[in-house]
Amino acid sequence: MKDKTERNAKLNLLLRFLRGSKRYFALSVLAATVTAFADMINPQIIRAAVDCAIGGQEGEFPQFVMNLVDKIGGFAYLGQNMWIMALAVIVVAAFQVLSQYAFRVFNTKAAETLVKSMRDQLYSHIARLPFAWHMGNKTGDIIQRCTSDIDTMKNFLSEQLTAIFRIVIMLVLSAIFMLSMHPVLTLIAWIPMPFIVAYSFVFHKKIHDGFTDCDENEGKLSAMAQENLTGVRVVRAFGLERAEVDKFQKQNDHYTKLWEKMGKVLSRFWCTADILSGLQVLLIVVFGAVFCVRESLLPGEYIAFISYNSMLIWPIRQLGRMISEMSKAGVSIDRVFYIMNSPAEKDEEDAFNAPMDGDICFEHVNFAYENSPQMLYDIHFTMKAGTTLGILGGTGSGKSTMMLLLDKLYLLKPEDGRITIGGTDINKIRTEHLRKNIGMVLQEPFLFSRTIRENIGISSPDMELEKIREAAKAAALDETVTAFAQGYDTMVGERGVTLSGGQKQRAAIARTLTQDVPILIFDDSLSAVDAETDAKIRNAISQRFGKASVILVSHRITTLSAADKIIVLDRGRIVEEGSHDQLKAAGGIYQKIYEAQTGTGEEAE
Amino acid sequence: MKEKTTHLKFFGIGKILPFLKKVRGMILCMVGLGLVSSGVDIILPMFQRYALNHFIGEKTFDTIVIFIVLYVLTLLIAAVVNYISCAQATIVEMRVSRELRQRGFDHLQTLSFSYFNQNSVGYIHARLMSDTARIGTLVSWSLIDCVWRISYLVGAIGMMLYLNARLALMVLTVLPLLVVLFALFQKKLITVNREIREINAKITGNFNEGITGAKTIKSLAVEQEMEDRFCAETANMRAATVRASRLRGLFAGTMTFASSVALAIVLWKGGYIAQEEIGTFSVFMSYAQGMMEPLRWLVDVASDLITTQVNIERFTNLLAVRSDVEDSPEVVAKYGDSFHPIKENWEPIKGDIEFRDVTFRYPDGEENVLEHFSLKIPFGTHLAIVGETGAGKSTLVNLVCRFYEPTEGKVLIDGADARDRSQLWLHSSIGYVLQTPHLFSGTVRENLLMGNPEATEEQLWDALRVISAEEMVKRLEKGLDTDVGEGGDLLSTGEKQLISFARAVLADPKILILDEATASVDTLTEAKIQAAMESITQGRTSLMIAHRLSTVRNADVILVVKDGKIVEQGNHKELLRKKGYYHALYTRQYEDEATARILS
Repeated sequence: MKDKTERNAKLNLLLRFLRGSKRYFALSVLAATVTAFADMINPQIIRAAVDCAIGGQEGEFPQFVMNLVDKIGGFAYLGQNMWIMALAVIVVAAFQVLSQYAFRVFNTKAAETLVKSMRDQLYSHIARLPFAWHMGNKTGDIIQRCTSDIDTMKNFLSEQLTAIFRIVIMLVLSAIFMLSMHPVLTLIAWIPMPFIVAYSFVFHKKIHDGFTDCDENEGKLSAMAQENLTGVRVVRAFGLERAEVDKFQKQNDHYTKLWEKMGKVLSRFWCTADILSGLQVLLIVVFGAVFCVRESLLPGEYIAFISYNSMLIWPIRQLGRMISEMSKAGVSIDRVFYIMNSPAEKDEEDAFNAPMDGDICFEHVNFAYENSPQMLYDIHFTMKAGTTLGILGGTGSGKSTMMLLLDKLYLLKPEDGRITIGGTDINKIRTEHLRKNIGMVLQEPFLFSRTIRENIGISSPDMELEKIREAAKAAALDETVTAFAQGYDTMVGERGVTLSGGQKQRAAIARTLTQDVPILIFDDSLSAVDAETDAKIRNAISQRFGKASVILVSHRITTLSAADKIIVLDRGRIVEEGSHDQLKAAGGIYQKIYEAQTGTGEEAE
Repeated sequence: MKEKTTHLKFFGIGKILPFLKKVRGMILCMVGLGLVSSGVDIILPMFQRYALNHFIGEKTFDTIVIFIVLYVLTLLIAAVVNYISCAQATIVEMRVSRELRQRGFDHLQTLSFSYFNQNSVGYIHARLMSDTARIGTLVSWSLIDCVWRISYLVGAIGMMLYLNARLALMVLTVLPLLVVLFALFQKKLITVNREIREINAKITGNFNEGITGAKTIKSLAVEQEMEDRFCAETANMRAATVRASRLRGLFAGTMTFASSVALAIVLWKGGYIAQEEIGTFSVFMSYAQGMMEPLRWLVDVASDLITTQVNIERFTNLLAVRSDVEDSPEVVAKYGDSFHPIKENWEPIKGDIEFRDVTFRYPDGEENVLEHFSLKIPFGTHLAIVGETGAGKSTLVNLVCRFYEPTEGKVLIDGADARDRSQLWLHSSIGYVLQTPHLFSGTVRENLLMGNPEATEEQLWDALRVISAEEMVKRLEKGLDTDVGEGGDLLSTGEKQLISFARAVLADPKILILDEATASVDTLTEAKIQAAMESITQGRTSLMIAHRLSTVRNADVILVVKDGKIVEQGNHKELLRKKGYYHALYTRQYEDEATARILS
């Protein structure tokens, strides 16, 4: 039962991917049919030329052909004027060329539309999968699914399936033409075909494990090289060059031997198939000659027969391999399906764009990550709109988790308390609206491999440079950027400059500052910036965002001291709460830290 | 990825000839058999001609038995020939790529660090794995295909000339036309193919970004913008591919048309042949149409061959790179090279290090990072190097390890210039613990044995005990025989770090380099790592690159690095008293650490 629903779901997914490309597929099949039909005509022209125009025999042709020939002047006239036959070949060629061209273009359009649709949908779906899903899956594996598995699916749908279809059309058409000339010889030609297909099919099924073995060993070899390169320091520092070379050589030899063995097996198969198809041709040549002598077959028909047969023999040999390889696509479909079937983030039905400039309340929030111990215990506080909240806590105290919950990167279950903004439960606020209105700067921000300008202005592609620079200035980044040769058009990442941790943080801050948002979160995002710059940035922010609610997560007292209210978090619990002045003399953790951070000099001596 | 299309002669094959020596015989045999095979292919239609001319034309089956025997014999010959040449081709393909891979791998073991700093692992890896595979295919399958098809083309033309020279010449008038067409299509195809490859790389990059940047994309709520960008890229891809298909379609169409024109010429001008010899007429048509196939193939593969040329160039460039750091011939003669050490000549190491008037600039750098720097580090000294991330703290370590050599001046080990000893001698005496621990696939035991291949079970446990990692290993599922996974990824960072410590302890080096762990490990593990570091530096010269200043307080000498240069030098107390850069760094870190202590 479950199998059936899953198969249906997969089928639905395929159909969804195929949306937009189906008509191209239909057109390419149509073009393939026309091509196959045109391919069948030439042998008939040659047959007519040899038997009727030159040989002077009575041929059996469909009525409309006979009418046409009579109109021109009969076969005898054609025999005198062979250029008319030649012209017929050229006319057919024109059809062939057109239909072939159409097939090629339609088929590519179909394939590319399909691939585009698959990639776009995958990308879009992945972007909308919950953050928890991203944390639970390996990047490399997902990329693999998005690239090579998609290619496999594309090849299957646009190449293998259409190829099989084309072969079937050719088989049917040629069968019709062959039958119309000589049914018995047709039968003789066709008897060996199923055996050739079966042989190739069985062979490829059997050799499948061998291929897998080769692939796996190639993977091992490749991983070995990768490890050696990434671990080059260790290799050198321990003088392991010799050992590494020996190890690599062993695997290199093993892999090479595997393929050499495979090569022999494959060659044997090709040659056996060669002999089989050669014998099939012999059957036709000999029996055809016999029928010719007995005058049940004309020489032109004999030539045509051999032409049709040679058109079939290659596709027939490929058919077995193609059928056996169809199972590969199944695996890829499963792997892509896994992504597409993971539920995306979804707003509750009555979610709406609530005003975001109200008070932020955590109401008795408890939280645990999946399969992990509890992270937050009864977090309960209110932050007045427009004020600044400081959060102090150690690694693993749950401060970042609180911010992830507020930004709905993890969802809070109703039984675990509520978070409200302006009195509205955030689960009732449209996620996109919520995130657009919360500017969050992460501790280890991610920059895109684009220009600095594009990175800062990522929220709207047509942002003016003026606005971008203003944000960069507020984030104390402008000077750094203008020092680069290409200024704001400098590329970030592999193909451009490598920014330091602090520069990245400042770029991320600038990126957030371009959005005029009512809620700003700095999740330890000034940690790699020195104290002086830190103060400058905070100053600029309070000037620009005087009305915004700002949450500062930090363990630096100077960063937090200006906050209207500070929360001290310890192992998932709020242990202290109050203003800097209240807390610094409260005798708790905050005071200890305050003293530690201001009284360093003396203690160090 | 930028691709240069400098034109090498014959697709750059000259550069790889030296690697083909071992398989030269096989290649010759392959080529010879390829010729035989295409000979058979040219002969086969002649059977058909005989059947038409003799059996049908003369209505007699007198020779039918010998006809069948000969035909089957030809098939068998073809089969044997094809079997051998295909099997040979696989062997040549695999052996050549194996040889290239091994050469490349061996060579990489000798290259200096500047090469690895300038080229990403992905880039080098592609040279080593995919380029070599492509070159292997080139000298086997592409070669045999080429031989087979060209000889078929020549054979078919020869046969036509033999059967009816006048008609053959008329058919051949199609050829010059095609040559012009090829030249036209070829260029365009190459351009569009490159464009497709570039877009493809961008799409993969986009996927990568979309996945690794998920948190940022979500918190900025820019899913839609990212998606729009992505769709624009995939739309480009579709457009480029469809454009390529138009080109290819046009080209294939031209070929089909040309082959029909050839057929039409045969019908028009050669129809009369059929009156006497239907068989001759029939095979003439086969050849006239058949000769188009190799031409079509040639154009299809020509663009592939041109890309292979890039593969060859990149790979041979890798082999041509010389290491910045090489042992002199005299040194190699005395101490052996990295693969064949002459250990009996190795002096035991004491562990004294001295920088004598060292000036240094990175090979790709613009300014000197050290100028006339002198420092003695006698055996047993604990030296610490501190500074911010990216400040250039590794420079001194790189020089001591001889990963780089001084631009001027000397680094002395035990009073002798490091260049007078072999690299392997030095590396065998230095223990190195990295800030991002690197383990190799295999078991914990295998990784530990890298430190000392002769260590006994007892010694392994002793080493683990020294750094208090005994419990940790015992807790692992299979103890020492636990698989650590690729790069050690099945273990946590802390576990990896401890194992890499134990590995260094087993090597029992006189000089120990510690690139302090900054990776986020839990506080308990961190404490363990700190303790382990203290215990393993006893009785050795140690150089510690430190991010946490609390760990350097006991160091004998502290070097403070800023923007690549050493700005302060002294012990902890002296430096603090100076109230300079170290003081500022220390104050800030002290706060952070004190805070962290209180909070945990």
